[in-house]
Amino acid sequence: MKSGFRQSMAWLHTWSGLLVGWVLFAVFLTGTAAYLRPELTRWMRPELTASRPDPVQAALTAVTRLRALAPQSANWFIEVAGPREPVTTVFWRAPPAALGAAQGTAQGGRGFRQATLDPVSGATLDARDTRGGNFFYRFHFELYAMPVLWGRWIVSICGMFMLVAILSGIITHRRIFADFFTFRPSKGQRSWLDGHAVAAVLALPYHLMITYTGLTTLMVMTLPWGITAAYGPAGPPAFFADTAPFAPKRPAGQPAALADVAPMLAEAVQAWGGAPPGRITVNHPGDANASVVILSGPGAQVAEERTGMAFDGVTGARLAAWGTAGSAAAQTRGVMTGLHIGLFAGPMLRGLLLLSGLAGTVMVGTGCVLWSVKARQKAEKAGRKGFGLRLVDVLNVAGIAGLPLAMATFLWANRLLPLHLAGRADWEVKVFFGAWLLAVVHAALRPRPAAWTEQWGVAALLYALLPVLNALTTGRHLGRSLPDGDWGMAGMDLGFLAIGLGLGAVTLASRGWRFRLRPRAQGRAGALRA
Amino acid sequence: MIAASHWPRWASVLSRTLAALFGGYGLASLAAASCAVALPMPRADAVLTGMMVGLVVHAAAALWVFAAGSAVRAWLGLAAPGAALGAALGALLLLAQNGGLR
Repeated sequence: MKSGFRQSMAWLHTWSGLLVGWVLFAVFLTGTAAYLRPELTRWMRPELTASRPDPVQAALTAVTRLRALAPQSANWFIEVAGPREPVTTVFWRAPPAALGAAQGTAQGGRGFRQATLDPVSGATLDARDTRGGNFFYRFHFELYAMPVLWGRWIVSICGMFMLVAILSGIITHRRIFADFFTFRPSKGQRSWLDGHAVAAVLALPYHLMITYTGLTTLMVMTLPWGITAAYGPAGPPAFFADTAPFAPKRPAGQPAALADVAPMLAEAVQAWGGAPPGRITVNHPGDANASVVILSGPGAQVAEERTGMAFDGVTGARLAAWGTAGSAAAQTRGVMTGLHIGLFAGPMLRGLLLLSGLAGTVMVGTGCVLWSVKARQKAEKAGRKGFGLRLVDVLNVAGIAGLPLAMATFLWANRLLPLHLAGRADWEVKVFFGAWLLAVVHAALRPRPAAWTEQWGVAALLYALLPVLNALTTGRHLGRSLPDGDWGMAGMDLGFLAIGLGLGAVTLASRGWRFRLRPRAQGRAGALRA
Repeated sequence: MIAASHWPRWASVLSRTLAALFGGYGLASLAAASCAVALPMPRADAVLTGMMVGLVVHAAAALWVFAAGSAVRAWLGLAAPGAALGAALGALLLLAQNGGLR
């Protein structure tokens, strides 16, 4: 730390950013990919054909199907097919006795069963086993191969570092407006700094928003002391009961037929001015205390807390209705969560969110490189040649270029692994981490900038060829999806092609990347290039 | 800023880092708990508001810790509002226990 407020903020910015830089890069990139979670999942299950079912009809079909599939279950959960999800997904808590009995259903976690349903016929659809876009979504806040809570804590802590790095970065900056227009390529440290500032400043409100709202999604876990203070011995259950809009009754233990759901759906949709149902929960079907909770689909409002209605599962009488007009605090929290997840955004806004997420990814990536460039200059001035610097370089290449490469292999594995391989979804994940590990080894063996160029090049090829691979392995290629107007499928193929071209440009540019001195100094030093 | 202190540089950095991580979290927790108890709104809303405020407090505390003139001042700058919040929180909880507020 040096003297002066701005200098100490610059120091804080550098170190808070670097310490968690690679985790943040991975969180930003996989989180950005998660904006397209339904589209990725759809692309990764090409067997499923696109349909535009009537949501109410799809909901009724799913309920009818669950009556047959899981009559003994304690809870049914229905994700109704909508504009972005061509199929209905149903989950139910498996009754202890029936575990392993149902055919054609996948095992969900923690005693849950899951099935993908045709929204029109209700038939169980047999698509390839994959985690789809859900893998990136989960990874971006839970990481992998560790208890879920550890991952959430690690990402929360890194998120707080990010918030501090952004705030101290703003303080450090003298010329926010000029940085909009400043990029001086091929000038070593100067260019990395310009790139870092452009990516940071262009989408600055987004970076602040996404970091703070990300922290709020996990705040009940990270900062629970308000619950302790205000609720005392009643503790978290009382708090959750207060914040939940509806609390279902415990089962009565007496059988009673589940009421017809159609009038409930009709009442809800009418009350919401025609907004479709999105998520339906049936508690204790077949019990005298059964209840049905209907939530509206995403996109009706920014807040993630959705408009909903609860009905008595036996009489069909309405028990509760709630809208977005909750208390100010609850609404604020709901809007924070909604802003972070971005489900409210239409295609145009989603595109902008995607670009902003990429800008954040570039901001973190260039920040990591900039640190190593500066550290190298200091080390060379002092005549040192550290192992630490070499390690940072290797992790930079593998963490920044290696991650998108590994993400591409995940998609390749989805198309190339045998369809009925046991544990297929896990194999896709193994391919992802295997490729990422190879990227570390490659980065350690190759000199720079060759290591960068080669990894960017492979990643570019992998993305650009995904539409070709799709055409060779499925019937849902561009030649079919475009004439059919299947924009979910065609959009992903075209998007992969665009990513491939973009990474191709990065590959070409990376041949000229300089990691050492400024050009003037470089001239003196005899065109030193890393 | 280290010049003002007679500590070695690494000790100052370590001390400030601990202050930012744990002192900041402590202050954020106290702020969250105080809001939860003191804000004139339904309990669950006060708790949620406290959490959202607490996150900002932690970030601000980290900035303060590294902007302060010395590591000792950094800790003092956390301890003073922390003590005030702690005293207020303790008083409010005692009052609530004796049926004074709720």
